[in-house]
Amino acid sequence: MKPAPFDFVRAESVDEVLSILAQEGGDARVIAGGQSLMAMLNMRLAKPKVLIDIMRLKDLASIETKAGRVTVGAGVRQAAFLAWPQLSSSIPLIGTVCGSIAHADPSAELPLTLMALDGEVHLRNARKRRRLAAKDFFVGMMATGRANDELIEAVSFPAGNARCAFREVARRHGDFAIVACAAVAKGDGVRLAIGGVADVPMVRDLPRLDGSALDDALNAFAYELDARDDVHATARYRRDLVRMIGRDLVQEVLS
Amino acid sequence: MKRLDKSSRHTVSFTLNGKAVREEAEPRMLLTDFLRHRIGATGTHVGCEHGVCGACTVTVDGNLARACLTLAVQVDGCDIRTVEGLAISNDRLGVLQAAFRRNHALQCGFCTAGILMSLDSYLRQNPTPTEHDIRDLLSGHLCRCTGYTPIVKAALEAAEELAGIKNSEKADV
Repeated sequence: MKPAPFDFVRAESVDEVLSILAQEGGDARVIAGGQSLMAMLNMRLAKPKVLIDIMRLKDLASIETKAGRVTVGAGVRQAAFLAWPQLSSSIPLIGTVCGSIAHADPSAELPLTLMALDGEVHLRNARKRRRLAAKDFFVGMMATGRANDELIEAVSFPAGNARCAFREVARRHGDFAIVACAAVAKGDGVRLAIGGVADVPMVRDLPRLDGSALDDALNAFAYELDARDDVHATARYRRDLVRMIGRDLVQEVLS
Repeated sequence: MKRLDKSSRHTVSFTLNGKAVREEAEPRMLLTDFLRHRIGATGTHVGCEHGVCGACTVTVDGNLARACLTLAVQVDGCDIRTVEGLAISNDRLGVLQAAFRRNHALQCGFCTAGILMSLDSYLRQNPTPTEHDIRDLLSGHLCRCTGYTPIVKAALEAAEELAGIKNSEKADV
């Protein structure tokens, strides 16, 4: 497997990236760590005319805490984010945080996290900057609200220390999840976010519930996710996982 | 701004295991193919070519990377380390390699180059790993021969031996 031919630009400034995106639009792809995009190129699922490497842009390589938000630049590797002192936390490779979110795989952990925590995606084209809430950014399987001329400059999460819990089930350790589930305490209740079932990560805010009321709420949520049978798992198994992991995590966060 | 044209070859130079190398590559050439076909460094193996099997793992400026998910033109000017850099000399294996040999941690050897690179990098940063840590790290690699148990054993043995060497170095000072 070899990628189809493309031109390659090692960007030296953000303006350069934006001007190429303005000219080439959907024919250009931004590459950072390459852990998702390169596989797509190798399988020729993506055939851009030009690839723009942003990993040498120092402007994009910082993590900042400002105005109650943690902002992660497009050049920040996942390993660097995990090693960030304020993060109380195993991704040993060289992918970036923003890259995984840009790729928008419905089973991936970072898009799920962005949804669960009400994160925002910071977009920029040659003329203006805008921010999209996670729920507006993820529009379908590997499809996002980013326009063709926009660069994802950063993503940001509200700073906070709410109780949270995360669990996922995958065929092989470290593989993409069949079902991934995150829970975050919110007010008196809990927010549950599910990845790997619908074509985008989905969230549901639940009041404080237990016993059969919690089971009913989880069951309703599991059905609304519209799970389908595929080669990895049946829809029924996915719903079972949502109910089972969901209950454990809700109880863990509310305990 | 320099735009590298898709249909021509461009000079790529970097440091490979401490030695400067320089060759030509089209923008789409993967680092795996560049290492093997242009440089002739065939220690890095090519398995799945989409980042799943881990056979092509190398380090780029100290970070572990799949060479099959890296373009040669991306690493111009970087410091690359591959399995060829692990042995102390041509006839002397490194501590980790020797532990693999003692424990039969390889059979066909296809996955070994990548596993050695991951473990070498991991043990430098985590000198006292548990079995769980090692198994977690190995989840990024596929081995179809060994069932992983001898690999885990070799890694733990190497970690112990490396810790011993470090302590005796301290004692010497």
